Amino acid sequence: MRETTGEKIFRVVVLSVLSVFVLVPLYVMATTALKPLGDVQSSFSWIPSRVTLAPFVQMWETVPLARYFLNSLIVTCAATLFSVLVAILAAYAVSRWRFRGRGPFMTTVLSTQMFPGVLFLLPLYLIFVNIDTTFGITLVGTRLGLIITYLTFSLPFSVWMLAGYFDGIPRELDDAGKVDGASNMGILLRIILPAARPGIVAVAIYAFMTAWGEVLFASVMTTEDSRTLAVGLRQYATQTNVYWNQILAASLVVSVPVVAGFLLLQKNFVAGLTAGAVK
Amino acid sequence: MPPTSTTTPPRADVAPAPAAAAPRPRGRRTWFPYLILIPALLLELLIHIVPMVTGFWMSFVELTKFFIRRWTDAPFAGLENYRIAVDVSTPVGQGLLTSFLVTVAFTLLVVSLSWAIGMAAAVALQRTFRGRAVFRTLFLVPYALPMYAAVITWNFMLQRDTGAVNHVLVDQLGILDEAPFWLIGDNAFVSVVVVAIWRMWPFAFLMFMAGLQSIPGELYEASALDGASPWQQWRRITLPQLNAVNSTMLLVMFLWVFNDFNTPYVLFGTAQPAAGDLISFHIYNASFLTWDFGTGSAMSVLLLLFLLAVSLGYLHLTQRKAKRDA
Repeated sequence: MRETTGEKIFRVVVLSVLSVFVLVPLYVMATTALKPLGDVQSSFSWIPSRVTLAPFVQMWETVPLARYFLNSLIVTCAATLFSVLVAILAAYAVSRWRFRGRGPFMTTVLSTQMFPGVLFLLPLYLIFVNIDTTFGITLVGTRLGLIITYLTFSLPFSVWMLAGYFDGIPRELDDAGKVDGASNMGILLRIILPAARPGIVAVAIYAFMTAWGEVLFASVMTTEDSRTLAVGLRQYATQTNVYWNQILAASLVVSVPVVAGFLLLQKNFVAGLTAGAVK
Repeated sequence: MPPTSTTTPPRADVAPAPAAAAPRPRGRRTWFPYLILIPALLLELLIHIVPMVTGFWMSFVELTKFFIRRWTDAPFAGLENYRIAVDVSTPVGQGLLTSFLVTVAFTLLVVSLSWAIGMAAAVALQRTFRGRAVFRTLFLVPYALPMYAAVITWNFMLQRDTGAVNHVLVDQLGILDEAPFWLIGDNAFVSVVVVAIWRMWPFAFLMFMAGLQSIPGELYEASALDGASPWQQWRRITLPQLNAVNSTMLLVMFLWVFNDFNTPYVLFGTAQPAAGDLISFHIYNASFLTWDFGTGSAMSVLLLLFLLAVSLGYLHLTQRKAKRDA
C-alpha cells in the first residue's frame, strides 16, 4: 500500500513537532547538568559557556544523595519483587479457577486504583502508628513501611494484566502437566511462568517505575534516614543557593537507570499490554 | 521462587480451607485459589480497604490537632465536616469549589490533548519506515522518566529570570516584551497543563501502539482498493478497532489526571497558586497546613464519590454503546 503525500506530510509534521516537545526538556536537563553555577544563575543559554563535570561531583555533598539513592533502590527493588510474586499468585487464581468471590475480588482490586491517594494517606499513617504501638513493628518512617505501601500500589494493575496474560496460555498445557502428575504449584512454576515471561517483565517494570517515582507517601512516611530520592531531591532547593546545575545532574543520574531499563525492555512491556490489558 | 510466606503473616492457616475438599485440586470446589489469594487480599485490606473505611469514619469526627495523638477518642461531629467543606460562603468551601473547577478544566484539557497527541503519534508510526524505532523509543522517554525528575526540569525551564521558556519567548522570538511569571499567578494553570500533558501523552501513545498491532493489515488493504482516503481509513477502521483500548484508557487517564498530586506538588512546592490548585494538592494542604483532618477526610470522601459517580456513569454508557454496536 503506497503512502499518499498527505500522509507523508502528516507524519513528518507530527514526528518533528513531538520530537522537539520531548527533546527540549531532556536537552535542558542534560546541558544544565554540565554548566558551571554562574551559568544557571544568570539568563538562560542553550549552550553552556563552559562544560564542567563539577555538578556531578558536588551533588553528592550538597545533600546526602547517596543515602537517598540507596533507600530508593532498596525500597523499589523489594516492593517490585514482592509485588510481582503476590500478583503472580493472585492472577493464577483468577485466571484458572472460577471460585466464589472471584468477581467481587477483581472489582474491589480494580476500584482501589481510583481512590484518591489523599483519602487513605492519613488513615494509613495513623494505622501504621497503631501497629507500631500494638505489635512493635515500626512502619512509620522506615523502609519496610514504604515497601509494603508501594507494593500494593502496583498490585491492582499487575493482577489485572497478568490474569489477562495467563488467560492467553492454553489450558491444554495445564492439562498435559496434570497428566504428568504436576501439582498446582508445579503447573504454575513449570508451565505458566515460562510462557508468561514477557507479561511478568512488563508487570515488574510497571511496579519498579511506580515505586521509584512515588512522591506523596514518601513525603509523609519517611524520615531523614529513610528518605527516598523523590523527596530527597527537593533538599537542593531548600539550600540558600538554588544549585540548579546540581539538581538537574542528580535528576539525570536518578533517571538513567529507570529510563534505560524501560527502553531496553519496552518490547516486553508493549507485548504484555497487548496480551493482557488490550482485549 | 522463594516461599510466598515471606509476605504472608502467620494467619495463612485460617484460610477458608475445608479439609474435605483438599484432595480435589482444580475441581469445582478447591481451597487452592483462596490460599494463593491470601497475600494479595491481606495487602489490599491493610493498605487500601481498612484505611479507606477509617478515612470514611474520620470524615464524621472532629479530628483536629488536639486529637491527633489519641485519634480514636476524637468526638463525633456528624455532618459538620461536610457542611464546612461545601459551604461556599466560607473561605474553606470557596477554596474547595475553586479547586474543583480548576481540576475539571485541567482534566478535560490534559486527557483530550494527551489522547489526540498519543493517537497522532501512534498513527504516524503505524507504517514501517527507517528510523521508526528511534521515534518510538524517544516518545516513551517522558513516560519512563521518574516524574519528579521531569517536573523539576520543567520547574527550571519555567523560572522567570533563568528559565528557557522566557528566554525563547522574550529574548529569542520577542513575542513578549516583559518576562511573565509561570509558576505563580494565572499562568500557573498553563504551566501545570503543559507539564501534565508532557508526562501523560506517551501513555496514550503506548496503549494505542499496542492496540494498533492487533488490527489486521488486510482491513487497510481492502479499503484502499475501495478508494478510501487515509482519513476515512482512520475514521472507519482504526478508531472502531481501537474501541476497547479507548474505553478503558480514557477512564484510567481521567482517574489519574483528576487525582494528580505529584505534578502540582513538585512544580509549585508549598506555594500553591490558585490557578494550579488541583484538588488532591488542595486537600493535602487543607489537611496538613491546618491539621484539620476531619474536614480533609470529608473533602476526600466527596472527591471519591464524585469519581465513583463519573466512573459508573461512564461504564454504563460505554457498555450500552458496546451492546448497541454488537
